[in-house]
Amino acid sequence: MEKELLFITVIGEDQKGIVAKISGLMFDNCINIEDIDMGVKEGYFVMTMFVDIKESKKPLADISDELKKLGKDIGLNIQIQHENLFKMMHRV
Amino acid sequence: MTITTDEVYETASMILQQNLDIRTTTLGINLMDCIDTDFEKFKTKVYDKIQNNASKLVSEADRLGLKYGVPIVNKRISVTPISLIMGTHPTKEKFIEIAETLDKAAKDSGIDFIGGFGALVHKGQTKCDSVLIDSLPDVLSSTERVCSFINAGSNIAGLNLDAVNEIGRMLKKTAEKNVIGCAKFVVFANAPEDNPFMAGAFHGVGEPDFSLNIGISGPGVVKHVVDKHPDCDLTALSEIIKRTVFKITRAGELIGRELANNLGVPFGIVDLSLAPTTAAGDSVANILESFGLEKVGAHGSTMAVALLINAVKKGGAMASGNIGGLSGTFIPVSEDLGMIDAVEKGALNLDKLEALTAVCSVGLDMFAIPGDTPAETISAIIADELAIGVVNNKTTGVRVIPVPGKKPGDSIDFGGLLGRAPVMKVNRFSSAAFMKRGGRMPAPITSLRN
Repeated sequence: MEKELLFITVIGEDQKGIVAKISGLMFDNCINIEDIDMGVKEGYFVMTMFVDIKESKKPLADISDELKKLGKDIGLNIQIQHENLFKMMHRV
Repeated sequence: MTITTDEVYETASMILQQNLDIRTTTLGINLMDCIDTDFEKFKTKVYDKIQNNASKLVSEADRLGLKYGVPIVNKRISVTPISLIMGTHPTKEKFIEIAETLDKAAKDSGIDFIGGFGALVHKGQTKCDSVLIDSLPDVLSSTERVCSFINAGSNIAGLNLDAVNEIGRMLKKTAEKNVIGCAKFVVFANAPEDNPFMAGAFHGVGEPDFSLNIGISGPGVVKHVVDKHPDCDLTALSEIIKRTVFKITRAGELIGRELANNLGVPFGIVDLSLAPTTAAGDSVANILESFGLEKVGAHGSTMAVALLINAVKKGGAMASGNIGGLSGTFIPVSEDLGMIDAVEKGALNLDKLEALTAVCSVGLDMFAIPGDTPAETISAIIADELAIGVVNNKTTGVRVIPVPGKKPGDSIDFGGLLGRAPVMKVNRFSSAAFMKRGGRMPAPITSLRN
C-alpha cells in the first residue's frame, strides 16, 4: 500500500519526554514512525519525525490539532507538513 | 530520510518564525456567460456563479493549508471587468446594484475581497465605462468587499489623461463619503489580466472560464537570510535572495497546482511579489534596512529595491513555469511597519517613493495625502506614476487616500490588513492648467531606448 508521508517538526527548548509524548500520540493513532532525528539549530532544539499516516485512525486535521495542543501544553512549536512540500522546496 | 533535518528545520522555521504564507489564492471567474437583458436574471446568474465556485475555493484552500502546514491567508475572487458585461444596463443605479450583488456573494461564501468592478479605458471610454466611474464613490463607500480598478494607460495605447482627471475627482468624492473606499480602488498602467492581489485583481478577457492564481509572500524569510549575511557583497547577496525566493515560490507552485487540480480549474500563475503586512518582521522596508540603509528613503534605496526585485524575479522564474500577475516588490506605505516608520521619521517622502516605484512594480500604494489636496493634483500624482509604467513597459498603479480634515504629520488607522497611513506632504504648486489640457498622451516609441 502506498505510504502517506509527513514530517513533524518540533522547535523550542529541550526538555525531558518530548520524543515519548509525540511517539505516544503516534502509537495511539496507528501512525508509523519511519525515521527520527534531533539536534540544535540556531540555538533551538529541533526534532524532526518522519511519519506515515496512511493507517491513521483519525484524519490529518485532528492529528494536527492534537499536536498543536501538545505543543501548547509543553511550550514548543510543533508543525506537521506533507513531505511533497520539502521535496518541492529543496530538490530541483 | 531523503530530506535532511536542516532542510525540514529551514522550512518549518520559515512558517513558524518568519511569517511565510500563501498571501492569496484568487480564483478568476469569467462572467461573460451571465449577460442577460433581464437585470434580475443577470444578477441571479452572477451571484450563483460566484457563490458556487467561491465556497469550493474556501474549503479546498483550508484543506491544503492544513496538509502542507502553510497558512493560506486570503481566498479571493476576481471577475470579468464589470463594465464589459453591463452593456445593456448602463445606469448608475444598476451599477450600484450589481456591486451589492458581488458584495453579497463574497460575504455569503467567506471571501474577504472580490475584484473586477472596473474598466479598461487606456485608449478611451465607452458609455458603460463612464457610468462605472460615476458610480464608484457610492460603490466604494457602501460595499465592504468589492474592489475596483481602472486601467488608464498602456505602452501600446499611451495614457488617457481624461480618465485620470475623472479619477482624481472621483477619489475626492469617495473620500468624503467613506475614506476607506479609496483603499479599495487602484488605477493602473499596463494592468495584468491575471493579478491575484487586491485591490487590482480582475479576470482578464484573454483568460479561460476559470483561472487559479497564487500570490506568495515572504519578506520575513528574505530578511532572515539577509541578516545572516551582513558582510557579503551585492553579487553574493543577490545569490542568497535568489535561492530563498526559489524555495518559497516552489511552495506556492505546489499548493497552487494542487488547489487548481482539486477545484477542476486551470492553474494560472504564481505572482512573485514580496507582499508585506504590518506584522513585526514582515516588512519589505526592513529588508532594505538589513542591506545596510539606515532607513528606507535614504540615498541608495532605489538601487537596493532594484537589486531586491531583480533577485526575486530570477529566483522565482527558476521555480515556476507560470510566473505572472504583478511580480514586483510591494512597497505600500500603510501596510509595512518599516515604511510607516521611514515616513514618520522624515526619511521617505512622496518624491522618493515615486523614484522607488520606477524600479519595482506596483507603484504608489496605500499612501495618504491631505484631504484638501486639489483633484487636479491627485490626478497629476496618478499621471506621473502611470507615465513611468507606460514609458518603461511595466505595470504601475496608484492607490491614494486623500483624508478629509488631515494634514501632513497626522495619520489614519484602517486596521487589519490595510494598516495605518501617515499623511504625506504633496507639492503645493499647481498642475491644474497642464491637467486641464486632457486628451491622451501618445504611446511611447519603442526603439531609440537610451
